[in-house]
Amino acid sequence: MTQPIISVRNLHKWYSGVHALKGVTLDFAPNESVGLIGDNGAGKSTLINILSGAQEASEGEVFLDGSRAVIRNPRDAMDLGIETIYQYNSMVPTMSISRNLFIGREPLKFSFMGMGIMDRRKMAAESVKAIADVDLHLRSPDALVGELSGGQRQGVAIARAMHFKSRVMILDEPTNHLAVKETAKVIGFVRGLKEHNITGIFISHNIHHVFECCDRIIAMARGEVVLDKRTEDTNMDEILSVL
Amino acid sequence: MKRFLKIYLDKPELAAMVLLVFLLVIFQVKSDGVFLNLNNLRGLFGILPEIGLMVIGVTILMICGEFDLSVGSVFALMPMTMAVFLADGMAFIPAFLIGMAACAVIGFINGYLTIKYDIPSFITTLGMLFIARSLTIVVSGGFPPLLPNDLPNWLFTVFVGPGDLFRMSFIWFVLVAVLASLMMSRTNFGNWIRATGGFLPAAKAMGIPTARVKIACFMLCSMLAGFAGMIQVLRLGSPLPSIGEGWELQAVAAAVIGGTALSGGIGAVLGGVIGAILIRVIDNGLVLSQVDANWFKFAIGFLTIFAVVVNSWLGKRAKAIKVET
Repeated sequence: MTQPIISVRNLHKWYSGVHALKGVTLDFAPNESVGLIGDNGAGKSTLINILSGAQEASEGEVFLDGSRAVIRNPRDAMDLGIETIYQYNSMVPTMSISRNLFIGREPLKFSFMGMGIMDRRKMAAESVKAIADVDLHLRSPDALVGELSGGQRQGVAIARAMHFKSRVMILDEPTNHLAVKETAKVIGFVRGLKEHNITGIFISHNIHHVFECCDRIIAMARGEVVLDKRTEDTNMDEILSVL
Repeated sequence: MKRFLKIYLDKPELAAMVLLVFLLVIFQVKSDGVFLNLNNLRGLFGILPEIGLMVIGVTILMICGEFDLSVGSVFALMPMTMAVFLADGMAFIPAFLIGMAACAVIGFINGYLTIKYDIPSFITTLGMLFIARSLTIVVSGGFPPLLPNDLPNWLFTVFVGPGDLFRMSFIWFVLVAVLASLMMSRTNFGNWIRATGGFLPAAKAMGIPTARVKIACFMLCSMLAGFAGMIQVLRLGSPLPSIGEGWELQAVAAAVIGGTALSGGIGAVLGGVIGAILIRVIDNGLVLSQVDANWFKFAIGFLTIFAVVVNSWLGKRAKAIKVET
């Protein structure tokens, strides 16, 4: 087997008395798209929160390309090439597309102690390109994100992650609250990740969505991995029976 | 054309701008042409920077999603602190710096407590409103100290410009307004402020140090309020402990009239400036039009509600205009 891009070893997480993650060990191969499913409270959100830097593990280790990775906050994860797209939307609706694309990573003309003047021309040009790269057709990078549909917003979030050359993209319930057509679009984005050499981790409640776009399916229940198979080696009934 | 209309309907400061032009015409007519004459404008521009500087800070803080009720008290505390040191024989610059440092500390406390204990800034700054006002009276010992005669009034209050139309304070006001506006629109820090106020979870997820951004805005807000208070005291020539009372709400009203949303993320420095001008224009225009001056607060109250309603309506209209996205 090739060197896994991300390995987690024996991850534990306790929340004041609740043992939410009970020693999870997993490997994610490069370019793989993995579906992570499980009921509420199964521990899947906790697992991805640890990978995306939103929470720290109580115990256990994360390895990136075989070497130990320390992820203390979202910025650490982003710097390691792990981007997360959240179900509640990782965009600020009152800001333009181009500003959203570069939040926290604005290209600067010059800077002093991390503060400086933004290179707005570069931001506009690069965001047009980034959006076109995910086959999203938007009139102008100056449109407010609040005016986009849910699917378009997820598209912009995915464009952002691709633009910053992320290697692992975690999508946390990206199809929640989306219309059927929009959902199809997001699933299309996930399928397209492979062409961009991105490992996708797709978290969903919806087993159908996972079967449509993932190579491998991991099911979690009560803080543990209960099933880990290639998509072609399993079926919906088997997964439902272990959840 | 449609696209053009949509962009402008979406600008939150638009309603205030239209209203301002409308009121200027009304007051000019009602006052038989006195309103826009040189003497009156001189008076108007002399006072405007004092509320205006405060409004700039309040507007930025509101865009960041927080709120400061203590600015009126800080407005009085900064010059009083400075005056006490001046009366003690200290030179202007160190006394000024101590005063500004006091404001920065107050802003920091406001921000730190709000974020650390996750309490609404309405509560923290309401407390600070009383604390700072009380401190102002305590440090003065009940008797406002006399200001020395050698203060740099040439830098803050002397009249300059064609026909002595402006005071130096107006230049400061314009300078700060332009810098604040550029900070919001052109710098990455401005982007962070708007993101923090616009949608906090997204800002956090994108790795923005939201706590620090908010605290910086609280500090900026307090310091601008203190600076404005100092300008008023230099103009009046005496540090009265009661100055700025009720101004915190006028400042919030000005920001809201200028299109800033209380919920954060929406607004512009220019809008706040227009809101401040509107408040001064109404105060002055009512008097000149020989309307009972007690209608002033009514007008501010009415305008605040009116501006929000109009903005909400315009925003809906703008959304309804379909252009290709």
